Amino acid sequence: MGKTLTRMDLSEAVFREVGLSRNESAELVESVLAHISDALVRGEQVKISSFGTFSVRQKAARVGRNPKTGEEVPIEPRRVLTFRPSHLMKDRVAAGNRR
Amino acid sequence: MIRSELIQKIADENPHLYQRDVERIVNTIFEEITEALAHGDRVELRGFGAFSVKRRDARIGRNPRTGEAVQVEEKHVPFFKCGKLLRERLNGKET
Repeated sequence: MGKTLTRMDLSEAVFREVGLSRNESAELVESVLAHISDALVRGEQVKISSFGTFSVRQKAARVGRNPKTGEEVPIEPRRVLTFRPSHLMKDRVAAGNRR
Repeated sequence: MIRSELIQKIADENPHLYQRDVERIVNTIFEEITEALAHGDRVELRGFGAFSVKRRDARIGRNPRTGEAVQVEEKHVPFFKCGKLLRERLNGKET
């Protein structure tokens, strides 16, 4: 428990699963992430069945506050990314982490 | 964009790969992330974001229909935090 996986672990998994070179496996992981990012930047929702949905939400401008100084700071309107895990992913994560 | 469209884009860019291998590649990536979270591990993809598991404490919930109190067990839920680069790109700061 407490391990952190990186791109390297994902490309290693691809390398084991399909008979490609480590280099090409790494490039494919990169291009999957790039395609997801590009779609989100275009404002598209990315829906991966049995994994989850990434969506971009528009946030309105508001007045925030510096919690340390209490000073008011304007927060610009912005786009934020949210990830909603699928039921299957939620169930697997809940089951796997149950003691 | 849905899973099959993502697979198609990768397949189009890699004409030397079989479609079924592209499917396996894309599926392996998502499977590996889910599997890591099910083990309580984190997945950190710099520039894109990080997947982690958050613990939700046990609480007394309420059936919204009947108002009846029900015990909700402690549970673990998947969580995603957007990476800095992607967050900047979403807000028009292309690099």
